[in-house]
Amino acid sequence: MSKRMYLRRTWFNRIMLGLCSVAAGLAIMVLALILGYTLTRGISAMNLSFLTNAAKPVGEVGGGMRNEIFGTFILVILGSVLAIPVGLMAGIFLSEFASPKVATAVQFAADILAGIPSIVVGVFVYAIVVQPMHSYSALSAGVALAIIMVPIVARTAEESLRLVPNSMREAALALGITRWRAVVGVVIPGALTGIVTGIMLAVARIAGETAPLLFTALGSQFGVQGLLKPIGALPLQIYHYALSPYRDQQQQAWAGAFLLIMLVLGISILVRWISNRKHN
Amino acid sequence: MVIVAILLVLVIVLAINAMPAISKFGFSFIGSSSWDAVRAAFGALPAIFGTLLSSAIGLLIAIPISLGAAIFLVELAPTWLRGPASFVIEMLAAIPSVIIGLWGLFVLVPIVRNPIESWLGSKLGFLPFFQGPPFGVGFLAAGFILAIMVIPIISAMSRDAMRAVPDQQREAMLALGATRWEMVRQAVLPYCRSGLVGAVILGLGRALGETMAVTMVIGNSYTISSSLFSPNSTIASKIANEFSEASSGVFVGSLIELALILFAITLVVNVIARLLLWRMTSVKGTIE
Repeated sequence: MSKRMYLRRTWFNRIMLGLCSVAAGLAIMVLALILGYTLTRGISAMNLSFLTNAAKPVGEVGGGMRNEIFGTFILVILGSVLAIPVGLMAGIFLSEFASPKVATAVQFAADILAGIPSIVVGVFVYAIVVQPMHSYSALSAGVALAIIMVPIVARTAEESLRLVPNSMREAALALGITRWRAVVGVVIPGALTGIVTGIMLAVARIAGETAPLLFTALGSQFGVQGLLKPIGALPLQIYHYALSPYRDQQQQAWAGAFLLIMLVLGISILVRWISNRKHN
Repeated sequence: MVIVAILLVLVIVLAINAMPAISKFGFSFIGSSSWDAVRAAFGALPAIFGTLLSSAIGLLIAIPISLGAAIFLVELAPTWLRGPASFVIEMLAAIPSVIIGLWGLFVLVPIVRNPIESWLGSKLGFLPFFQGPPFGVGFLAAGFILAIMVIPIISAMSRDAMRAVPDQQREAMLALGATRWEMVRQAVLPYCRSGLVGAVILGLGRALGETMAVTMVIGNSYTISSSLFSPNSTIASKIANEFSEASSGVFVGSLIELALILFAITLVVNVIARLLLWRMTSVKGTIE
C-alpha cells in the first residue's frame, strides 16, 4: 500500500515537472516560430529598392519604404528628445531628492502610466495636440511616443541610481560640494551604464509602437515634409500593407517587419551584452 | 511630478472630449450594442464584451504555460540554461505587436481556420462556443495572439516572485520527504501567491489594451456572439479602425468615451496588480 502510494507520488512528480518543461519549451518554440518565419519571409522580400525607393502606386513594382524608415528615425529621435530629459529628471528626483512617501506615490503613478494602453495615449495626444493644431503631425506622434517613453526611462534611471552606494554620496558631500554637484559629478557617472541601457530599451519599445501613431502621425505619401505635417513610419506602413490585398505590398510588409525586428532585437541583445559585461 | 500631471491631464482631457457622447447617451452608452454613424447611435457593449472575452481566452491559454515555464526556470533548469532561457522568453516581449499581428494574420489565422476550428466545429459543434462557420479571424485567433503576447510578461514576473521565496522553504519541505513537485506546490507557490496573482493581473492589463495584433486578427465585426469562431471587436480595435474616419462630433466623442472606458478598466486592473506585487516585495522585506 505505502509502496503504491510512493510510486504514485513519484510518477505524479515526474508528470508535473515534465509538463512544466514542456510549457517552457512551448514558450521558447513560439518565439522561434515567429522569428524564424519573419526572418525567412523578410530576407526573401528584402532588396535594395525597398531601402532606397519611396512607396509607389499599386501595380508599379520597385516601391520601397525609404520615407517610412526615415520617418521612424525622426519620430524616435523626436520622442527621445522630449522624453529623456523629463524621464531622467524624474528618475533623479525619485532616487535622490524625494521623501519616501512622495517617491512611492510617484513610482506608483509611473507604473500606472506605463500600463496605460498605447492606443489611449494616441487618443489623448489627438485631443491635446492634433485637434488644437488642426493637423496630424510628426510633432504629435513624437509627443505620444514620449509619453510612453517617460515612465520607462524614469523607472530604470531611478533603479540604477539607487544601486550607487551611499558611501559615494557621503564622500562627495564631505568634500563640501552641493548636493546637485554631487549627483551630477559622482552619482550619475556611477549609474551611467544602467541609465543608458534603460534609454536604449525605451527606444526599442517606441520604435515598434504602432497604435499611438494611427491618428497622430497618420502616414504620408509625400515623404518627410517637416514636423508639423503628417509623417510615415515603418510600423504604420507594415500595418497598412499587411491588410492590403496586393502581393507586392504584402511582400514589403514582411521586408519592413524584418528590418524592424532586427532593430528591436539588435538593441535588446546589445543591452544584454552591456549589462553582462558590467557584472563580470 | 510631471508623471502625475500627465495622468491627471489625461483623464480630464479624455472626459472633456467624450462629453458630446456622454451627454447624449448617458449610461445607456455602456448597455447599448448599436454602432450606426448615419443615425448617430452608438453603444459600447459589444466592444466591452469583446475586450473581456478575448483577454479571458488569452489568459486561459497563457496562465498554465507561463506558470509552467516559470517553475521550469526557477526550480528545474540547470544553472547554465536559466539565463539564456529567460532571455529568450523576454525577447518575445520585445517583438513589436504589429509584427506579431502580421505573423498572426498570415500564419496563425489559416491554421486556426483549418484544422483547429473545423475540427472543433465537427467534434464539439453542439456546444454554443463552437458553432458557426470557421472564419479563422475571430475570438479564438485573438485569444491565441494575446496569449503569445502576455506569456513573457506573466512568466517573467512570476519567475521573479518564485525567486524571492527563501531557500529554507524549499529545504524544509524536501527534508520532510516531499517530491520536488510537492515542494513547488506546497512550499513555493503558496508562499508567493500574491506575486503570482499580481503577475497574472498585470498580464491581463496588457491583454485588455493590446491593439495592433488583435485588430489584425479579430475580424472587426460589431456583434455579441457566444461562438468563439465569430469575428468581433475589442475597444482598442474599434478605436484603431474608426478614429481617423470619424466625422461627426458625437462619433468622435463616442470613440473617445470608449478610450475612457478602456482607460478605466486597465487602471483598475493595473492598480490591483501593482498593489499585489508591492505587497509581495514588502512581505519579503519583513521576513529576511
